[in-house]
Amino acid sequence: MALLEVKSLGISFGGLRAVDNLNVSIEQGKLYGLIGPNGAGKTTIFNLLTGVYKPSDGFITLDGVDITGKSTIEINKAGIARTFQNIRLFKGMSVIDNVKIGLHNGNGYSTIEGILRLPRYHKVEKEMQEKALELLKVFDLDSEAETLASNLPYGKQRKLEIARALATNPKLLLLDEPAAGMNPQETLALMETIQFVRKHFNMTILLIEHDMKLVSGICEELTVLNFGQVLAQGETSEVLNNPDVIKAYLGE
Amino acid sequence: MKLRNKFKFDKRARQSLITYAMVIIAFVVVQILLATGSMTSLMKGLLVPLCVYAILAVSLNLTVGILGELSLGHAGFMCIGAFTGAFFSKCVQDVITIGWLRISIAIILGSAMAGLFGFLIGMPVLRLKGDYLAIVTLGFGEIIKTVVNVVYIGRDENGFHFSIKSNMDLNMTENGKTIVKGAQGITGTPKDATFTIGIILLLVTLFIVLNLINSRDGRAIMAIRDNRIAAESVGINITKYKLMAFSISAALAGSAGVLYAHNLNTLTASTNNFGYNMSINILVFVVLGGIGNIRGSIIGAVILTLLPELLRSFNLDNLRMLIYAIILIVVMLFNSAPSFIQFREKVTAVVKSKLPKKGGVN
Repeated sequence: MALLEVKSLGISFGGLRAVDNLNVSIEQGKLYGLIGPNGAGKTTIFNLLTGVYKPSDGFITLDGVDITGKSTIEINKAGIARTFQNIRLFKGMSVIDNVKIGLHNGNGYSTIEGILRLPRYHKVEKEMQEKALELLKVFDLDSEAETLASNLPYGKQRKLEIARALATNPKLLLLDEPAAGMNPQETLALMETIQFVRKHFNMTILLIEHDMKLVSGICEELTVLNFGQVLAQGETSEVLNNPDVIKAYLGE
Repeated sequence: MKLRNKFKFDKRARQSLITYAMVIIAFVVVQILLATGSMTSLMKGLLVPLCVYAILAVSLNLTVGILGELSLGHAGFMCIGAFTGAFFSKCVQDVITIGWLRISIAIILGSAMAGLFGFLIGMPVLRLKGDYLAIVTLGFGEIIKTVVNVVYIGRDENGFHFSIKSNMDLNMTENGKTIVKGAQGITGTPKDATFTIGIILLLVTLFIVLNLINSRDGRAIMAIRDNRIAAESVGINITKYKLMAFSISAALAGSAGVLYAHNLNTLTASTNNFGYNMSINILVFVVLGGIGNIRGSIIGAVILTLLPELLRSFNLDNLRMLIYAIILIVVMLFNSAPSFIQFREKVTAVVKSKLPKKGGVN
């Protein structure tokens, strides 16, 4: 059984059918791409998967659990973590604190224990510090653990966002245009990071991307959207040679 | 590497310690001044209010600086605490005769009541953001003050009597005593508030706020401030943490209210002490001390409370409010005008280069 199963998913905003009859199935460990021209409904699908929007029809199951219409928080707890197209870090907080927010739900002590600094506070905080540093080390950010997140260079902010998402211990990682605003070298480095994350954490990844080089370089399967409809679906090489896809991207 | 991280990790604990130390040093200095008799009676009268305002500023900073929501009804929670505490102390005046014990219980009750109201008001109000939240909290603050102004509570041998019309409507026997007398408030609250109790309460407030900020819950609250959508995406329960910060802030304001009430003979709810003016005053302390800067809140509260009094004693009574306003504007510019910030950075750089090892100012 596939890790993520999306069946005839759709949403309408008034008269606009933003996503229509979407069927996607992603196997554990796959790197799956979602592409399409501007306004095709890619980010809307991410928002549906993470509970920001409630679908008008269809079902979403993650690892056999129905998560259709659940809240963002419940869906995160069920195992979907995401990054954002326009980076959304906690800018006034340090790099390591950003990751610790990701660790928030997995590592608990009560408010009273926190205020009175009872033994559990020290124990859990120490564990969180170690886990967060470990994650930062993976992304080569550990030397900047105490830097303010907003002072990081752009590429590192992207990495930090991925690290924060991974800290919630997800089953499925959604990356929304991770290469947006990056130059070719940075994109290349990012491709390596994504490959590495996938191997190191045995992670299933679904990504939205415009950069064709990145998509064809790392995604195994693709879904191409246009005006909310699926244009083509399947193996990357097949899909990219599909005449409909070429037409939608390059015109006739 | 590890050692450096440990050192960095302790940096926040060190900052907290500096704040506690600052308060304790201030306490010691005042005690010395009192012992040597070099303090005017005007200054003596200001000691407890200083603690009250410092606690209020610290607690409001939790809402404004840490949670990032603008609340203009902080004096309302102070009012609830003040009346709850004064009511309690008046009732048990003859039963509990030890002052510090009486006020301690009053503080616990007052802050619990204010916290409860913070929770109840927070539930609908915290759905709003920015200016809307400010307006609604302002409204609630005024409502609390106005409602307190029409409440009559009395007690006789049959128990408590309650009315919102007049003293007569309490229908008490002739032994009955009115405790809360509508617009005339509560008279004859025992004067249990001392500077020592005020400082202890301020330290407890600091302990709660600083430890909350530097814990898992505090991080969640700041994450909501920095980016609500991202916080939700990593599973932070927005409603829970917003309510937590708002209620704790309200409870601490309530405790300041209890202290305030026990420093006065007559407690009434007027615009100046529990209304809009007071809420704005507290906000000014917070803004000038630095939003999100807890230590700054205390300094802001102390300076801005002392300033008008000092000006008065320098025979500048006519110009008092004018000078106060000018100082506010200058500090505001100093905090946020770009050229001032540049200037400050230059000065800091020069000072740092002169102090190669310690890198002192922060």
